[in-house]
Order: sequence, then structure tokens, then C-alpha cells
Amino acid sequence: MSHAIRAEGLEKRFGETHALRGVSLTADAGTVLGVLGPNGAGKTTMTRILATLSQATAGHAEVGGFDVRTEAHRVRQLIGLTGQYAGVDEMLTGTENLVLIARLLGLSRNESKARAAELLQRFALTDAAERAAKTYSGGMRRRLDLAASLVGRPQILFLDEPTTGLDPRSRGDLWEIVRGLTADGVTVLLTTQYLEEADQLADDIVVIDRGEIIAHGTSDMLKAQVGGQTLEVRPIQAGDGEAVAAIVGDLADAPPEVREGLVSVPIADPAMMPAVVRRLDDAGIAVGELALRKSSLDEVFFALTGHHSDDIDAEANELAAGATKETSA
Amino acid sequence: MTTALAPERAGTIEKSVSPPQAIRQTFTMTWRNLVQIKHNPMELIDLSITPIMFVLLFSYVFGPAMAGSVSAYMPILIPGIIVQNALFASMTTGIGLNTDVSKGVFDRFRSLPIARSAPLMGRIIADTGKQAWSMFIVLVIGLLIGFRIETTWLALIPAFFLLLAFALLFSWVSVFVGLSVRDPEKVQIFGFVIIFPISFLSNAFIPVSDAYPGWIRTVMEANPVSHLADALRGLLVGHDVVNPAVGQPVLVPALWALAWGAVFAAIFVPLSMARFRKHS
Repeated sequence: MSHAIRAEGLEKRFGETHALRGVSLTADAGTVLGVLGPNGAGKTTMTRILATLSQATAGHAEVGGFDVRTEAHRVRQLIGLTGQYAGVDEMLTGTENLVLIARLLGLSRNESKARAAELLQRFALTDAAERAAKTYSGGMRRRLDLAASLVGRPQILFLDEPTTGLDPRSRGDLWEIVRGLTADGVTVLLTTQYLEEADQLADDIVVIDRGEIIAHGTSDMLKAQVGGQTLEVRPIQAGDGEAVAAIVGDLADAPPEVREGLVSVPIADPAMMPAVVRRLDDAGIAVGELALRKSSLDEVFFALTGHHSDDIDAEANELAAGATKETSA
Repeated sequence: MTTALAPERAGTIEKSVSPPQAIRQTFTMTWRNLVQIKHNPMELIDLSITPIMFVLLFSYVFGPAMAGSVSAYMPILIPGIIVQNALFASMTTGIGLNTDVSKGVFDRFRSLPIARSAPLMGRIIADTGKQAWSMFIVLVIGLLIGFRIETTWLALIPAFFLLLAFALLFSWVSVFVGLSVRDPEKVQIFGFVIIFPISFLSNAFIPVSDAYPGWIRTVMEANPVSHLADALRGLLVGHDVVNPAVGQPVLVPALWALAWGAVFAAIFVPLSMARFRKHS
């Protein structure tokens, strides 16, 4: 099967700024490709190039088998785009926003109204259909924006930080919608600053930082690649923490961490688990909790970029609260 | 439920937009810009209150001093205010464009398989409707307080089209400003800063006379606002506003006004296009 999205060596310069430094990626038809990265990593720039809004300084990209530069009009017939900032006309009602897109795409007046009603219902906006979009809440506006990008039944959907600034419930709603779309065979490229979001939705993840792809794989592969696994032991007697740490530290490659009675250590070889249990038993330490878990994407991100995703999330929320808009990119 | 989202598209993938499609898309965009008025009638009131206020204040405060009476001032003022008003109205193009760009609506349009020109053309056509409205308002108020069309009512047609042609050319200034500044309020401020001096340094409100210093007089006479106001006076009033015995030519000032408009367009169309490209 051919790739729905394929980019090779995309570069973008804005004057002195190097927004993209040779980004290559592919997304198979019907999958979700998560593009994970902090603010300013180049996610939006890349999405805009793939969605034909912007041209790369160098490199090549195909969407649906068409060149985004030379066959932009064909690409536009296949894609839908939902940007970080909702692209809805605030003066128009929900219905009018969708009818506008449908009419532009060549549907008749009646078809357009039917399509608008259908999508408004799908996105739980029927009650607000005749209200101006400026009266909508953030979540409603985002849903309307997504509905607008689906009017043309796109095969490939670009979602640029679709949940930034949304409350957890709206975020969950949006995830459900994305899952429904992929079930219908839509290819989704989703950029996000939220590790959980990529973990939840994406079949494949690329991690982008400062205009470069620094890691690529499934969520599991990324976790395995960087963090491996983490062994956690919690003795019943909190006083046994030191003794547990000594035993675990003896077997693992890295020094263990003791926090609130929980001893944790990254390990490369899961086969050491029985040895840990034996040694603990020999020492007569009663264990309340013993677990081997995969490293979280947060740990992955920290290992790859040198900063925690928490910092980024805080930053993102600040940005969303300030609602500052960068028109430059 | 899933059928609503099924990725099937009627028809085949087309290589480019056909001219009939482009025209239809432009009209859809026009509808979009006009239907906004329905939800925001304030905009129309905005376009009406300012002209009404200007006409009344100028007529009753300056009229008697300037022309001896309110009605004697009408042939000078009404065509002049119509022109000034058209310049202000042309700023709505830039304000709307700026709003679209900053709200992300423009990106949505650009991601659609539609003619690249449709969003802008649709806006310009819709704004032409607003121009017609604001001209209508000034005329009605003028007629109520003593302005008379001394030629023929049919002269309103060429007058309207001349005004429109100039406004279309001039609106490229507003397009450029709209694409250059950060928020819509700035377009408004910029508009006031440009349009007040341009419209006052003209014969829109007063006849140009020897009393003015040479350089100001030169500016006033060369000003496209003066040419356009004169052309409108020629069409609607039919005689010189100072000396009613002398006729007021139409063609020469009309051509001057359009030539100026063409100069504005020649400068600001390429600048605007460069801005457009920069946004991508």
C-alpha cells in the first residue's frame, strides 16, 4: 500500500530562522501519525507545508500520491485541515459555517444544508446550530472547526494541536472523534504537545524538536528505545527502603531512586526479576508492591529532548490562556 | 454515524478550478461576507451613523459660514462627503481581511480546492455592496436637507460606477494595510490617519481658492478626492459650485481620478501579493 503522506528532507527558513531542518516522515493510509514536540519545534510549519498552505524551502512532499507543490489543487481535494486556532467565521452560525464550506466544494444548496445538519448532529452542535460561532465555548468551536474540515469527506486529515487549551472532557470527546475517523479509513496526521494524546491515538509517532525529527516509532518502540523498563518495589515496612535499594542497586545497572517508600530503578533485562524476588526473600523483607512497567512517554521525551513534557504542558496552557496568535508561520 | 464521515468523495480528482467554478466560489464568498451583516447589524449602523453625522455637522455648522446657507453648501458638500465616505468604506475590506487572517479563517479557505482569488474577490464584491449602501445613505440625508440632483436621476448610475471603480482601486491600499498589521483595530487607526488628511486636503468640503498658500493649493488640486468630487458634481449638480453659470466638466476629472486609482493599484497590488506570499 502506498503512503498517504510522505515527506523527504523538508526544510523551511523564515529569514534567519530555520524552522525545519530536513524532516522526513511517512504515514500509511488509514493510520494515525502523531507528531510530538514542544512549542516552536516546527510542527505547525510542517503541517502547513503538507496542507499546501506554505511552501518548503527545500525537500519534497506527497500527500495522497500528489506533490504538495506542483499538484496542490489535487492535494486540496483529498485533505481536511484543523488548525491550532479554530478557523471558523465567528460572525456566522454553525450551520452557515458548514454550508459555506459545502457550497465552496460544489454541493448544491440542499445538499449543503443536509451535510451541515448531519455534521452538526455528529458533533453534538445541533442545539447551537443557529447561533453565531462567537458565542460558542472553546470546545464547541474546536468541534465546529473539525466538522468544517470534514465537510468534503477528506481521506487525509491534518489536525494541528487539536486539543491545545481544551478541558479534559472536551479533549476526550475529540479523541473519540478521531478514533471514529480512523475506523472509517481516514489517515490522520496529528500534532500534539501532549504525550498522552500521542500515546492514546497514534499508531506511529515521530518526535520533533527544533525542526528535526529526533525519534520515530510506535509508542512501545520509543519507550523501549530510550527508557526500557522500570522496576518498582515497595516494602511493607517503610524502614526497609534502604535495604531494598541496596539489593536492587546491586542487580541493576543504574542507581535506584527511593521516593516515599517506593524504590524504582530502570533496568534493561527483565529476566533479573526472579533474582530480585529471591534476594528480597532471602533478606526477609516483606514486599507490598512489586512491578515491572514500561517507561512512560514522559520519560522518553525527557531522555530525547532534555526537558520534561510537564514544562511544555505548562507552557502550552499559558499560551492557550494568553491566546496569543502567531501569524508569521 | 460512521457514514457521515466516510472518506468517499463524489467525482474525480480535478487538475484545476474551472472558470465557472471560480465564479460560483466567488459568489459563495460574497454571500458569506454579506450574511455577516444579518448577525452583526452594528456594522451597517457603523456604516450609516458616521456619514449621517458628518453630513449634518458639516451642513449646519460650516454650511452657513462657507456658502451663505445650508442649501447653498449642498452641491459642495454632498459629492465631497460621498467620496470621503467611499474611502472610509474601503477600509472595511482591510479590516475584514485582517480578521480572516488573524482568526485562521483564511487558512481554512486556502486549504480548500477553490480558486485562489475567490476569498479576496468575494470580499471585494461584498464590500462594493457596502459602498452602495453608504452612498445611498449620504444621498438620502442630503436630499432631505436640501441637496438637489440638478441634472437627471439617471446620472446616479455613472456616478455610482465611477465611485465604485475608484473605491475598488483604492481598496488595495486597505488590502495591503490589512495584511500588514496585527489586529483589525490597527487597520481602523491607520485608515483614519490616512483618510482624514487625504479627504481634507481636497475640495471635498470647500472650494479651492487663491486664499490658500501655493503648495497646499497644489496638493488640493492634484488630490484624487478633488477630481472624484468634481466628477460627481458634474454628474449630479451639472454646474460649477462657486459660479453656477459655468458648467462642471465630468470626463477630465473622472479620468484623473481613475488614473490616480490606477497608480494606487499599481503600487499596492504587487505589495499586497508579496504580503500574501509572505503569509505562506
